[in-house]
Amino acid sequence: MKILVAVKRVIDYNVQIRVKEDGTGVVTDNVKMSTNPPDDNAIEEAVKIKEAGKATEVVAVTVGEEKAQETVRKALAVGADRGIHVKVDGILEPLAVSKILQKIVDKEKPDLVFMGKQAIDDDCNQTGQMLSALLNWPQATFASKIDVKDNKLEVTREIDEGLETIEINVPAIVTCDLRLNEPRYASLPNIMKAKKKPIEEIAASDLDVDVSPRLEQIKVEEPPKRKAGIKVANVAELVQKLKNEAKVI
Amino acid sequence: MAVLLIAEHNNKELRPFTLNAATAASQIDSDVHAVIIGQNSADAAKQLSELPVVKKVLSVEGAHYENFTAENFAPVIVKLAENYSHIVCSANTFGKNLMPRIAAHLDTSQVSDIIKVISPDTFLRPIYAGNAFATIKSNDAKKCITIRPTSFDPCESTGGSAPIEKVDASEEFSNTKFIKREEIKSDRPELGTARIVVSGGRGMQSGDNFKLITEIADKLGAAIGASRAAVDAGYISNDHQVGQTGKVVVPDLYIAVGISGAIQHLAGMKESKVIVAINKDGEAPIFSVADYGLEADLFEALPQFMEELNKLNTIQK
Repeated sequence: MKILVAVKRVIDYNVQIRVKEDGTGVVTDNVKMSTNPPDDNAIEEAVKIKEAGKATEVVAVTVGEEKAQETVRKALAVGADRGIHVKVDGILEPLAVSKILQKIVDKEKPDLVFMGKQAIDDDCNQTGQMLSALLNWPQATFASKIDVKDNKLEVTREIDEGLETIEINVPAIVTCDLRLNEPRYASLPNIMKAKKKPIEEIAASDLDVDVSPRLEQIKVEEPPKRKAGIKVANVAELVQKLKNEAKVI
Repeated sequence: MAVLLIAEHNNKELRPFTLNAATAASQIDSDVHAVIIGQNSADAAKQLSELPVVKKVLSVEGAHYENFTAENFAPVIVKLAENYSHIVCSANTFGKNLMPRIAAHLDTSQVSDIIKVISPDTFLRPIYAGNAFATIKSNDAKKCITIRPTSFDPCESTGGSAPIEKVDASEEFSNTKFIKREEIKSDRPELGTARIVVSGGRGMQSGDNFKLITEIADKLGAAIGASRAAVDAGYISNDHQVGQTGKVVVPDLYIAVGISGAIQHLAGMKESKVIVAINKDGEAPIFSVADYGLEADLFEALPQFMEELNKLNTIQK
């Protein structure tokens, strides 16, 4: 079984983002970037499945600018076998990314495609589902447990009401939740080894995909600021304020 | 053209967020039709027909719709989409799972998790876990929109009498099989929709100490949250995590105990209506978003808090 894992480079989750003064977006220059957190879970799961002898190859793919390749290199350092970097400048909408991934799936013919359930920059939560639609494959979104059984997966999904278990036939798409596993850290020797693993570079323009934007970002602004609060002297005052001033208890 | 609302239900009755999505749909266009797909869902369809904002109900029945599988739902809606300008549903796990599958089939760029309808083609949505708001205009002929339920009030649930029209089922998607659903039965409200959330951070120092939080949560009828630091330290399971990589919550009251207020935590709770911070470090960033800050040792403050609550004659639930 071959697993393709899609990873995205985003602003690190610990960075306080700043909105650009001209309202065109958020500041990304000189800001720490990392792999989108649930994409790390996706890589980890694929590598674990391979280590358990149930997959033969793990291929990491990213779609993005030159530096996006760092996320593929990181995936290689934690156990992916090789990488693919689809080069494109600017920000693509999930629909465009899923069309690009469809082309990569056509070429690589993986049995499974894993990715994070959502990117923490645009918070769209679309790409996995869109890719499954384009391929007409089953989708298991928000996965918190995956059991590989021959040509099937049994996947437990995190839903609002609790947990749902479904069985999907391969080939299939799985989008990963943070509860799926604990991503490992790359060891220094593995980081060195990863530098020798191959990354194929493909220009998005060679894939014959319409990636033109359908949405216009009119402006990006700071959310409304909270009014400054007060400090209370003791617990009794706090409870009294909550009861009589804020009227929330 | 009218707006098509996708109803969320459990085959017996509507799920509450359908009413919030109906409000959002009616802000896009007053001509709202609602589709309900299920198995033996006539009662829920009738409920839907009673929402005054809904002008027509489309009911689709089939055994393969019993468990709301997106692979089975999407083809039905894609077929109906021909007659509609917008497809709308809630951005909860039901809608998040389903809508992009519809959008891709329609070759439409979805607008996810909107918090405001500015005009029929322009919407406000949070990005970076609410650390920025983006105004997005869709240029697609058909628009697929998911709405954040807590940003729209529920619509009236009685008084309407829309006609219910049967629509043919589509074929079954055979590569996905439902096995089981385990609904978490808890006396506590769900974290994502609770009116009050009490959260603990690394300051709790151990999982055992979370019982101080549990007691207060039980007294207030609140959900229990946690910071990523508390989850990473193993004090509590990560389904309680509030923050950019956990759940985003918007309760009426959020009580942060022993939480310093890392950026990623603030992103998940700073839209709460009233925020309380209890922390012994007076410089902790959590105080910058708190309406009421108490600089105190939580191991003294929490038992006192419980005592004070016990003194109250009534507590809102």
